[in-house]
Amino acid sequence: MSPERPLEVADPERRTRAISAIGLEKSYGRGDRRVKVLDGIDLTVERGTVFSLLGPNGAGKTTAVRILATLADADGGTARVAGYDVRTQRRQVRRAVSLTGQFASVDEKQTGEENLRMMARLGGLSRPAARRRAAELLERFDLTAAGRRLTGTYSGGMRRRLDLAAGLVGEPEVIFLDEPTTGLDPRSRQELWRVVRDLSAGGSTVFLTTQYLEEADQLADRIAVLDGGRLVAEGTAAELKSRVSGHRLDVVVADAAAYERLAPLAVQRSADTLTLGLPTDGTATRVRALLDEIDPERRDVVSFTVHSASLDDVFMALTGRAKTTKEPTHV
Amino acid sequence: MSDAATMSPGGRALNNSLVMTARSLRLSSRNVDAVFTSLMLPIMLMLIFVYLFGGAISTGTGEPYVAYVVPGVLLLCAGFGSSGTAVSVNEDMKGGIIDRLRSLDVAGAAILAGHVASSAVRNVVSTVLVLGVALLIGFRPTPTLPGALAAAGLLLAFIIAISWLAAAVGLLTGSPEAAGAFSFFMMFLTYPSSTFAPIATMPSWIHGFAYNQPVTPVIESLRGLLLNQPVGTDPWVALAWCGGILLVAVGLSGRLFRNRTA
Ligand SMILES: Nc1ncnc2c1ncn2[C@@H]1O[C@H](COP(=O)(O)OP(=O)(O)O)[C@@H](O)[C@H]1O
Ligand SMILES: [Mg+2]
Repeated sequence: MSPERPLEVADPERRTRAISAIGLEKSYGRGDRRVKVLDGIDLTVERGTVFSLLGPNGAGKTTAVRILATLADADGGTARVAGYDVRTQRRQVRRAVSLTGQFASVDEKQTGEENLRMMARLGGLSRPAARRRAAELLERFDLTAAGRRLTGTYSGGMRRRLDLAAGLVGEPEVIFLDEPTTGLDPRSRQELWRVVRDLSAGGSTVFLTTQYLEEADQLADRIAVLDGGRLVAEGTAAELKSRVSGHRLDVVVADAAAYERLAPLAVQRSADTLTLGLPTDGTATRVRALLDEIDPERRDVVSFTVHSASLDDVFMALTGRAKTTKEPTHV
Repeated sequence: MSDAATMSPGGRALNNSLVMTARSLRLSSRNVDAVFTSLMLPIMLMLIFVYLFGGAISTGTGEPYVAYVVPGVLLLCAGFGSSGTAVSVNEDMKGGIIDRLRSLDVAGAAILAGHVASSAVRNVVSTVLVLGVALLIGFRPTPTLPGALAAAGLLLAFIIAISWLAAAVGLLTGSPEAAGAFSFFMMFLTYPSSTFAPIATMPSWIHGFAYNQPVTPVIESLRGLLLNQPVGTDPWVALAWCGGILLVAVGLSGRLFRNRTA
């Protein structure tokens, strides 16, 4: 290994953390079509914890995960995973981690068992050891009965479980899961949550990305919120929630003038229906106070409804603007 | 738990290539339709040419037409067979399997080598079948033993070279359908060659291309070796073509693989 880099001298604990990244940057495209997808990301994940990277579609979650798993190179910044540098010690990192991506990573025309045995053989196990490992994993993920069926015939939930199992043949220390429950029905989602909890209870470090606040809330010890390539918040679920009001007051206003006046306060706006959504905690006292505050003359607000906050509202509270659904800005 | 750490890098590369070959063969065995089609087309072409057009084609060799056409059909068959490789490589690149393999630290070269090796196995099987049908319809090769071995070796070299080229095409193209068009490319390479008729009978503007493209020396060599006739320098020219194609294909596919997975 090369002599100590300044960063390691400054922070000896970086070596013992499961993941530690400083200033990760990544851009895609060329010339004036170049887009900055990650704009200086710092991440720290302690061993044995569940960490969630929460963000809307296009935030840069997959890009971040692929860099940490050595499948993509960052343009700037450094990262250590399981104690190894993702750039200079790629091989060691790959041995220590597994990545289960957003897209199916098993062959549809192989059975579950064949897929797992193949992965185990590639992990360096002998034929008999690979067979045992495949049987163990099928058992653990409740797939023994389906083990001899082509995975093309599996349900979405079974496929995800097999994907996950395929990532575990090498007994990784750090497990990356990229949107593991996107597209799953509620029951399969629950099953996957159970699997993640089991992995964590078994001592693995889990790094998962998600678009769902609830999922991060249910599973993660710590959550980082990624938006447009920047981290906009980091903390425990409780800490994040305390920064978000939790509910949204939708008011229908009387005219365009009132709409213009109140629009800057709103999380959600609909000019057609003259409706504005304002963050609140949902209690009667606060709702009343908010109504008085925005409409002291009692003539601008025509009607109102109260909703529980969505991910959009959380983003509004954390970023001061509506969730970006468009592509990130050009740089 | 893993022996991977103790295996030498060469041993690991070989192990991984073998596992990837087994995978690719298993997937082919479950895609019998495609394998069957890539085999039936050349056999049908051989039957059509032998029974429908063969009478009208004068090869000037005194041999029955079937003896003239078999080497070309073998090449056509290899071309169709390897277009399956272009399709499977392309399909691999679209799914999540490549990321999974890379995170298991499997090199791109091992993944492609698996595809190419299984293509070679498939093509050897189809070559035997084509030869079987040819024997049934009156093909009577008369090679010497060294000649037969040389023919087999040359055909294998050709198969490996164009399979690797097909792998590069699979990486280059955007969809499996586009990748499958590799078989058309192979068809258009075999028609203006001595596959079905002597080049001398073709319009003169095409002679330059037909005499100097890779398929012609391979066919001429195979024909000479199988019928025990003098082959001159054709086998060496053919081998040089195969080596050159292989070199370009390996280099190109390595580059394309890195670009597509960066
Ligand atoms: N290989 C690539 N080439 C060009 N742009 C890309 C590439 N991968 C991702 N992007 C862009 O980077 C942005 C972030 O993508 P991604 O990391 O996949 O986000 P997420 O996983 O949070 O949805 C998107 O705008 C996406 O279009
Ligand atoms: Mg993603």
